[in-house]
Formats: sequence, C-alpha cells, structure tokens
Amino acid sequence: MRYNVFSLIKNSFSGHKNWEPAWRDPVPQKEYDIIIVGGGGHGLATAYYLAKEHGLKNIAVLEKGWLGSGNIGRNTTIIRSNYMLPGNNPFYEWSMKLWENLEQDFNFNAMVSQRGVLNLCHTDAQRDAFARRGNAMRIDGVDAELLDREAVKEMYPFFDYENARFPIKGGLLQKRGGTVRHDGVAWGYARGADSRGVDIIQHCEVKGIKVENGKVVGVDTNRGFIKCKKLGLATAGNSSETAKMVGMRLPMESHVLQAFVSEGLKPYIDGVVTFGAGHFYVSQSDKGGLVFGGDIDGYNSYARRGNLPMVEHVIEAGVAMIPSLSRVRVLRSWGGIMDMSMDGSPIIDKTHIEGLYLNAGWCYGGFKATPASGWCFAYTIAKDEPHKLNAAYRLDRFKTGHMLDEKGQGATPNLH
Amino acid sequence: MLIPCPHCGTRPVEEFTFLGDAAPTRPTTNDPSSMEAWYEYVYLRNNPRGPIEEYAHHSGGCRSWLVVSRNTETHEVFGAVTARDFSKAKEAKA
Repeated sequence: MRYNVFSLIKNSFSGHKNWEPAWRDPVPQKEYDIIIVGGGGHGLATAYYLAKEHGLKNIAVLEKGWLGSGNIGRNTTIIRSNYMLPGNNPFYEWSMKLWENLEQDFNFNAMVSQRGVLNLCHTDAQRDAFARRGNAMRIDGVDAELLDREAVKEMYPFFDYENARFPIKGGLLQKRGGTVRHDGVAWGYARGADSRGVDIIQHCEVKGIKVENGKVVGVDTNRGFIKCKKLGLATAGNSSETAKMVGMRLPMESHVLQAFVSEGLKPYIDGVVTFGAGHFYVSQSDKGGLVFGGDIDGYNSYARRGNLPMVEHVIEAGVAMIPSLSRVRVLRSWGGIMDMSMDGSPIIDKTHIEGLYLNAGWCYGGFKATPASGWCFAYTIAKDEPHKLNAAYRLDRFKTGHMLDEKGQGATPNLH
Repeated sequence: MLIPCPHCGTRPVEEFTFLGDAAPTRPTTNDPSSMEAWYEYVYLRNNPRGPIEEYAHHSGGCRSWLVVSRNTETHEVFGAVTARDFSKAKEAKA
C-alpha cells in the first residue's frame, strides 16, 4: 500500500485499525540469489537498490537482531557532503542527492531536513583549511559558503565569541546539509525493499560462510543453512568478526562512539553546528532535545557503551562553544560500535572470493552515506564491479598505497 | 574502566592513552621482500571481540608504556604489565 493522503483518510474511518504491517516477517527460503548480511541502514538500502535499480528478485537480508538495531539507530542523524578528496566528494554528494529525493522515492517520511551544517573555525590556519575544503567542494558541484565571524554571530548569537583560547573566526557552511530521522531511514528502506519482494529476515544470525572452490555457496545461520550465489556483508561495527568467517583480516579496529540527548528545549539551535577546536557537534531534534556527540572513546571496544571520561570531555567542548549548555540536563547517552578503518574512509568492494562483497569501514560517518552506500554496493554486487563513485573504496588500497586520508594523518584507526 | 598500573596502582582510564593491539610484530628488515609483512603490521588487525592485549601509555601518570589485558566486549580489565615485561615474556615464549 502506498502512503498518501487518500490512504490516510480511508484508514481514519476505520480508526486506523486496518493499516498493514510495513514489511512481512517471512520464513527463510532454502536458497536466494543474493543475501545481504546486516539489516541496518546500509544493508537495507543495498537490498532496496538491488531490487529497484537492477530489477533483481530473490534477495534476502539477514539481521541477527531486529531491523535497524545497530548504528542506523545510534547516530546523531547528520547528513552532509563536505569532503575534500576526489575519491570521497562525488560519492558523498551523490548520497546528498539521494537524500534530497529519498522520501518521494521510497514513499516514507524520513523527515529529511536540510537545515544547514556549519563547521566553526578558531584559528587563521583553520580558516585557510576551510577555504581550501570549500573550494574543493565547489569544484565538485557541492554548495559551500565561507562565513566570517559576523555572519556566524548573526546565525548563532549565543556562542562564546570572546573565548580567549578558542575565539570563533568564522565557519564553513553547507546549507544543503542537515538531519534525517534515522529510524525512518531504516523503516523506509525496509518497506521499499519488502514491497519489491526482498525477504527481510530478523533474528537470523549468520554463524559461518561456506566457500567452495573459491566461490561463496551459502551461509550457516541459527535458522539453518541458506544457499546463495552472491553474498554482501554490511555488518559495520562487527565487520572484522564477519570477515574472520572466511579467514580475512581487515584494515580496521572496532571502537565505541557515544552520543547524547538532552532534555527537550524550545527551538534553540536551527542547524547542525560543529566545534572546530575540540570534537563536538550538535543539532536540535524536532522533539526539542539537543542531539550531540564527540570523539570515539579511544580504545578497542564492542561494548556499545562508553566510559565517563569521554562524556565529560564532550560536554566540556560543548560548553566551551555554547556556555548556556552548562544549564542543560542530559537525558540519555548511548554507544555504537564503529569500524575504524586505517585511513578514515570506507570499503565497498569485491573480495578475493567469488561472489563475496564487502561494505565496511565507515568509521563514524556511515549514516550520511547510507543511500549512496546502498546504491553503490548494489551496483557492485549486481555488475560484479565497482561503480566509478565507489572505485576509490577498494579493499586493496592500503597495500597499493592509494589511501583516502582526508586529513593526511597516516595509518591510524581514529580518523573519520 | 580502572587500570592496575604496575607502578601507580589502580588508576582511572582517562590517565591512559591507548595505542591498540599489541599482537602485530614489527618486521626487523626494510628489504622490499618484506612488504607483505609491513603491510600486515601497519594495516591489518585481528580486532578481537573478547580478550585483547593492548599497548597503553600511562600519559597522565608515570608515563610508562604498559600492556593491558582487557575484554573488548565487556570492558573487564584483567591486568596490566609493563611493555618491557610483556615483550620479554613474548621473547621467552618464542
């Protein structure tokens, strides 16, 4: 059923008791052409685009928990395409273009809100770097505006402009950036994929991957063996563990990233703002809570919860930027597990095993990439070769020296 | 997390800077034939879900390099030794 004003009126006459479930709960078949492991944002988007763009049938998404129980529901919901490197920027801009038409495309209200993403700069050198990044963005057709101090002050008069240590010198604004209702993205893709015949199988954990003569033949799950011709892994956070099933070691570590929501406030912060002198980013949800986050905790973790020192650090950075935050109470905090790749960029590629494809290494920037990641991963699986948008996200780039290191910091698993 | 530093006693995690898994071994040669070993050392990680031994610098304390054994799934800390003792024990095993 399509959601529209007529279906809404029709269902209102029956007291909204006859809405159908948005997706089925199918029993796994014995065999599929394509199996996607991981029913999060990227996995569901991949299944959706495989069905929609490539007209493929007989696809399953296997999810060990419930749909969207991973990082798609654990992020700070920010979308942007303010990257610099040629291998990154066109990909993220394609993601932004997909976000812009997403709701019409999958007929679901994901509350895409292009409220603007503003990165603050606090030194002359940082402003120069922002000017360079803004120019790189505009070369790739992305919107970018370099704002001076006065222009930032007009937008956000309550920031600490007189901070002696971190004076605000200006900012780089991407007006098309913003926020999206993250669960809505998972639900929209799930519904879109399901309506095109994709089986979304929840509580189905993959325990092993069966390879014969260098070719994938199926997966062992807690609900039995399922045959497949092609297998796509989209298990970010847990990618190393999934890859171990076929004896692969990946260039990444798993780390915990925390995020926070404050009590509900009246409209206060219009867009998304990031602090340039520490790691802090904040926006205000439609319910009024401030949604904010910072850096990863800094040690390997699969625990989905962090420690208090990082909570303190994030809130200190926030108060340095917005002194009035000191009066705000935090309601909730949580942690998500990130694939921290060694150059801060993701992997969407084939592997050395025929029929096995890998989508991993999103660091803590995976949410904004959800549409393009699914779109490119679907292309890579369907055509058995990467699209030019994800051609730089090769698994072997670490060996060949073609790293995509936005900050030029070298091999370390704490970039994004 | 509380880390039992061999010099300072039990100290809170914010005093420590983590470098990561202590399992990779640095190749001892620059010979081009060792490229594969260098690639594995610099980039590839076991990234275990469970027990790990990892380098940690007690940067906010005695500034010793330690090896902490910890569970990445539960954040349980099993113990810590100096990096020197860790590498001596590793050599003795090999």
